[in-house]
Amino acid sequence: MLLHIRRSVVLSLIFLVVLGLVYPLAGTGISQLLFTHQAEGSLTPDGSTLIGQAWTGPKWFQGRPDGNVVTDGPHHVVVSGTEQLGPRSKTLEEAVAKEAKRLKEEGIVPTQDLVTYSGSLVDPDITPADAYAQVKSIARARGLPVNEVRHLVATHIHTRQLGFLGQDYVIVLELNEALARLH
Amino acid sequence: MSLFWTIAVLVVLLGLTWRFLGSYIAAIYQGRVHYLEWIERPLYRALAVDPEAEQTWQRYAGALIVFSGVAILLTYLIQRIQGSLPWNPLHLGAVGPALSWNTAVSFVTNTNWQNYAGESTMSYLTQMVALTVQQFVSAAVGIAVAIALIRGFSRKGSPTIGNFWVDLVRGVLYLLLPIAFFAGLIYVGQGAVQTLAGPVTIHDALTGYTQVILRGPVGFMEAIKELGTNGGGFFNANGSHPFEDPTALTNFLSIFLMLSIPVALTYTFGKMVGGIRQGVAVLMAMAIIFAGWTAFTVYAESRPNPAVAAAHVVPQPQGNTEGKEVRFGVPLTTLYNVVSTQTSTGSVSGANDSFTPMGGFGLMSGMMLGEVTPGGDGSGLYTILLFAIITVFIGGLMIGRTPEYLGKKIQSREVKLAALGVLVMPIVVLVMTGIAVSVHAGRVAPTNSGPHAFSEILYAFTSQTNNNGSAFAGLSGNTPFYNVMGSIAMLLGRFAIIVPVLALAGALAAKSVVPAGLGTFRTDTPLFTGLLIGVILIVGGLTFFPAVSLGPIVEQLSHGRLF
Repeated sequence: MLLHIRRSVVLSLIFLVVLGLVYPLAGTGISQLLFTHQAEGSLTPDGSTLIGQAWTGPKWFQGRPDGNVVTDGPHHVVVSGTEQLGPRSKTLEEAVAKEAKRLKEEGIVPTQDLVTYSGSLVDPDITPADAYAQVKSIARARGLPVNEVRHLVATHIHTRQLGFLGQDYVIVLELNEALARLH
Repeated sequence: MSLFWTIAVLVVLLGLTWRFLGSYIAAIYQGRVHYLEWIERPLYRALAVDPEAEQTWQRYAGALIVFSGVAILLTYLIQRIQGSLPWNPLHLGAVGPALSWNTAVSFVTNTNWQNYAGESTMSYLTQMVALTVQQFVSAAVGIAVAIALIRGFSRKGSPTIGNFWVDLVRGVLYLLLPIAFFAGLIYVGQGAVQTLAGPVTIHDALTGYTQVILRGPVGFMEAIKELGTNGGGFFNANGSHPFEDPTALTNFLSIFLMLSIPVALTYTFGKMVGGIRQGVAVLMAMAIIFAGWTAFTVYAESRPNPAVAAAHVVPQPQGNTEGKEVRFGVPLTTLYNVVSTQTSTGSVSGANDSFTPMGGFGLMSGMMLGEVTPGGDGSGLYTILLFAIITVFIGGLMIGRTPEYLGKKIQSREVKLAALGVLVMPIVVLVMTGIAVSVHAGRVAPTNSGPHAFSEILYAFTSQTNNNGSAFAGLSGNTPFYNVMGSIAMLLGRFAIIVPVLALAGALAAKSVVPAGLGTFRTDTPLFTGLLIGVILIVGGLTFFPAVSLGPIVEQLSHGRLF
């Protein structure tokens, strides 16, 4: 018994150093060397292409409705993770109806992803269909030709990885940065 | 079509893994690979372990339990003092006692149930030296138990089943560490963050919106989280968070990593007991049940979300997108979550709680079969071998002969131990759920109402007892009641199965081998696979059908009603 305890303590401490410090720190070192941009969070001057943000007003492409419900954790840290509403939740029905009404008022025909929450609450992407649905209202708000905005969406579509993984998507931040450059 | 190719490529990759990783794992535990001897030798010296000396099953189990106990205390302690330790950029204080306890048990039992939001509760140091460490170690412990049981079958008249310390060290060094390190680089290359710098504040000049982006040492934790069938993520959103799982490719990689060791171990089993076909028969039982559950759940999620449909504002051509990420899409997210629930991993790439009623049923019932399809690292194999023993016992009853499995006579002691190991899980789940719905502290936790609230409680205990760790996360589990009840469920679900398995290993190792005769029931045939599937489904179905009908089934049948 005593021998088991002594061995357990020694081995736990060795693992603590090897697996808890050497492994992640060596990983951090090599990552920072090989993939600096990714390891630091894929940052651009306006945000991260991997983290969604709230885009409001008719002048910008909007993402998932996540931005409206982010919750503050202790120390005012925004905690990720969705509302966890069940498939027969009244709250979900009401939230979807409200979001659709808001979009319609901005002249956007609601699509599925634009009214449902993501899993992370920081989904940075929408589908091409979600982006195309917003083209008309954005062209009107910015006084741009519809075709130009449509073309902008078409040139920012990320196709499925390796041709079969996931689905086509548009990064909202990337699209809006390109939109800002149109002027 | 995209899903078809995803599965086709996955099957090919897993086939190769089964053959080559399976044979490598056998070599590791038979002591046939030595390239890390220069680390091993000084390590054994520090432990005062003679790597050649073997242990009886009692000593093996004793070492395992003492080691796990020490691991729980250490993991608890680090959380309690994290406020005074470095690498804590958000200046997070000590984690509360009940929550620290629950989390320590959760990571040591390979469950990774998380009653906390990672990014706002655990410091970088805690995530690394408390949680990531246990993600390696708990997986290695599970695999060691499976190997000990395999030795029980493959040895004749042996008083010992191996050396726990050697099995543990070799599993970590030769198997988990190299694969996790390589996979970690892929995660980061795709966009997972891996930094010790704290959060970054960005002011978006386009909109005037200011955003605080939380970061951390995430990518390499992600790798062992999936490879070790652990499931505990850095962020509250787990694998749906783009910094954990940035692309469809990493999602696919995660699916592959979760399945790789549990699948490969069936080859290891076949190889070590001297008949690859024995492993194939078990693998086929796993694969057939898994395929059925995947098809069912993927179909369920391709259907509209009832609550979204009730709002009558959008068509739902993609199926149920609530709680799912655009970069993965509905089918891939569903496949990931099915794999995660059936490998006892419990990570998510979309909200389980927002799955359609039948989709949620698919996830929950997959766990209720005992996490054997293919189950967690090691635990999947040793649990399905318990079912295999029950199967040969039932087969023996049918033809009126003493049952044998792999040349070992299965007698009263073996059948009792196997039945005990199989029945612990359903008993704990049903009794705990019963207690939770009977007391106020249990009933106030679900955030949803109606039958879904019951599903959230049932799911919580099913997940914790099976050491899965996924959740219908609407349940607010960070209460003294759920922290304590959950820890008991996790401990029983882990050790009340491991001890009978090791006892079984000891009993089998001591037996001699009876040569197969004409009347021997062959266990490497499709007939055996079919019987094994039947036993797994009947045990799971009979024990859980009444409980499940009160949750997801009622929910599915309540046409048009919202709660």
